[in-house]
Amino acid sequence: MAIYHRYDAVIVGAGGAGLRAALEAGQRCKTAVVSKLYPTRSHTGAAQGGMCAALANVEEDSWEWHAFDTVKGGDFLPDQDAVDVMCKEAIEAVLDLERMGLPFNRTPEGRIDQRRFGGHTRNHGEAPVKRACYAADRTGHMILQTLYQQCNKQGVEFYDEFFVLDLLMIDGACAGIVAIEIASGELHVFHAKSTLFATGGFGKMFKITSNAHTLTGDGPGVVYRKGLPLEDMEFFQFHPTGLYGLGILLSEAARGEGGILRNADGERFMERYAPTIKDLAPRDMVSRAEHQEIKEGRGAGPKKDYILLDLTHLDPEVIEAKLPDITEFARTYLNVEPFTEGVPIVPTAHYAMGGIPTNVSAEVLRNAQNDVIPGFYAAGECACVSVHGANRLGTNSLLDIVVFGKRGGIHMAEYANSTKHLEISEDAHKPTEEWIASLMEGESDVRIADVRSSLQEEMMDNASVVRTDESLNSVLASIEQLNKTYSQAKVRDKGKVFNTELIEHIELGFLLDMAEALVVSAKARTESRGGHYRDDYQSRDDTQWMKHSFITKTPDGGTELTYKPVTLGRYEPVERKY
Amino acid sequence: MDVKLKLLRFNPETDTEAHFEEYTVEAEPMDRLLDVLHKVKWYQDGTLAMRRSCAHAICGSDAMVINGENALACKVLVKDLAQPITVEPIRGLPVIKDFVVDMEPFFAGYKAVKPWLITDPHEHEPARERIQSPEERAVFDDTTKCILCAACTTSCPIFWSDEGYVGPAAIVNAHRFIFDSRDSGARERLEILSQADGAFKCRTAFNCTAACPRGIKVTKAIQEVKRAALFGTV
Repeated sequence: MAIYHRYDAVIVGAGGAGLRAALEAGQRCKTAVVSKLYPTRSHTGAAQGGMCAALANVEEDSWEWHAFDTVKGGDFLPDQDAVDVMCKEAIEAVLDLERMGLPFNRTPEGRIDQRRFGGHTRNHGEAPVKRACYAADRTGHMILQTLYQQCNKQGVEFYDEFFVLDLLMIDGACAGIVAIEIASGELHVFHAKSTLFATGGFGKMFKITSNAHTLTGDGPGVVYRKGLPLEDMEFFQFHPTGLYGLGILLSEAARGEGGILRNADGERFMERYAPTIKDLAPRDMVSRAEHQEIKEGRGAGPKKDYILLDLTHLDPEVIEAKLPDITEFARTYLNVEPFTEGVPIVPTAHYAMGGIPTNVSAEVLRNAQNDVIPGFYAAGECACVSVHGANRLGTNSLLDIVVFGKRGGIHMAEYANSTKHLEISEDAHKPTEEWIASLMEGESDVRIADVRSSLQEEMMDNASVVRTDESLNSVLASIEQLNKTYSQAKVRDKGKVFNTELIEHIELGFLLDMAEALVVSAKARTESRGGHYRDDYQSRDDTQWMKHSFITKTPDGGTELTYKPVTLGRYEPVERKY
Repeated sequence: MDVKLKLLRFNPETDTEAHFEEYTVEAEPMDRLLDVLHKVKWYQDGTLAMRRSCAHAICGSDAMVINGENALACKVLVKDLAQPITVEPIRGLPVIKDFVVDMEPFFAGYKAVKPWLITDPHEHEPARERIQSPEERAVFDDTTKCILCAACTTSCPIFWSDEGYVGPAAIVNAHRFIFDSRDSGARERLEILSQADGAFKCRTAFNCTAACPRGIKVTKAIQEVKRAALFGTV
């Protein structure tokens, strides 16, 4: 049994990318948004620091400088044509949000205020530049709220708390999705001319992460299981300032406003690693520096296993005005008073640079030759354009979601208006129905919580800030074992209504697939670039590796890697120094 | 340490009414209540249903009645809770299962106050941003913090007894626009909020202010909306 719906456009996910797409598609064709969470629960809301655009409201700036920083920050792996699109359109994207009512902080003249952020510089690296437009330390929250408000104003149709389970593919083209309504346990088929995935990231494969419990790679997971490729999966960003033990994010804006990282000796160690921009170096470099400090015995605390984020020299009034949330996080969760003591922090799994491969129109690619899948789009963290390359710069995620969400929304609607629905069968939901039944029938002693925590620990220990062939082999063997155990597990809650045990069970399956894709891609890349650091191959190798990886699951359960050259532009790869 | 819990359980497929069940789990004083509930769900009873996502009080999914007071399960720590810790679903909304309630009436109240920027149709869309001074921006800063968790609305005794009342969260979101210098929809919103189910239902119990996990001065915002409706002081 399943309920069938017919729309021109269906958007899966209601964070910034999904909602921005919905605003465009909704104006042009009959559109539905299908989301696992109520839209305002999406993790866009957790983004804090800002959204960069070369408005030059506070000091001289240009979108080309922004593009350069993005390319260099991404360790020359971003596709430079896509970066140009994003950085050029950034300015209009910010102004768009302001016109929708987003309450940005203001300059004394009443313009959108801007502040410094990691890796964003003036004139190709001379000095930090004030480029991040922000609303205190809740910029993502304000973007999410503003887009949701506009969707309501426009009357966008939402299916809240519907979890995507399958993609309907007809002769290589996309015809919609299958989803489960969490409240009732019923399956729904959304038959659509165009489908856009905006399902977010998959940081929950790691033990310490800033990601929400619900960030389990559902969209990329569905795609991967269809035998379609995922791009640049080896590149996962670790943010340098996650609350110790918890991973909750403390925005880079803390350093943008003058915060300093110190080791156990009180030393400002970033002066040794990035003499010019110090604490505002890109995230991969700062996370590696922290890892190095801890490894060499200069970590703080009784176990010498964390770094201190020092805000004590800053004016408490400035902190309260510009960083109220993150100081409260430190107080609430660690019992630390940031006005008077350093806040214990560690690198935290934060952002997937890789994902579902797309072009700048958000069309999903079926292979490394840039062939597209008709009717299928992706945007936001679940996608890989690639604008972030090997390491995303702070604030560029919020920019990515609004720029490519908008582009995706426009293109999917134009496509829908130019074509007919593909024929789908009356039992398009059958494979999903049988799959769910197989998870629900029978008993097992396997606890998926054990599988999940093993995966998270293994990934943290062996595939995070620093990797080696040995560590990756070890985690790959573990994933194989965990997959076997997982396949024996059964859902114990046999009910239909709000069966979140079933949901978590399926989510873990997606996480296992994402972990496999990440580790296999990382093992193959015998160089260090951006967020992918190999202790056994410490240098970047531009001769061999100026290319994006495409990983595909083969019918026999194995994996296959192919590669696509990086699109270069104005900036030739040079050594990355800050 | 051992932590004792009393959870108000309700499964619509097997129960005729809600009932308390007791659990004991091993936890640390600095653990969030959400972590403890996860231990019950993951290691003792997978049927336990709750909403949660970010686990650090920004997504607004996990509002519950915790030891009698509305709070987010991810923002209260074990060390601050007397045992046994009792957990119940938020009040005034129909319970679907355990701590999951039907949020539709809550969002209906929210949408009723037109919580989106309404601009003057005669105004030209500016080429750049609209100008707003830091002082103008500060007037409504507090109410921009709302995460729509419903902790305020479901702590309100008026809302419990009168399902038509739009509730504190809706008024907070109306306030966020009424006092925004860029908005010109104050009059239509105040008209809506001056009706029988609007802001004047509020009897200033202050439960909402106490319940807000974001520290929004909810009652103050409601009073400002009432004054604006009475005296046109926007």
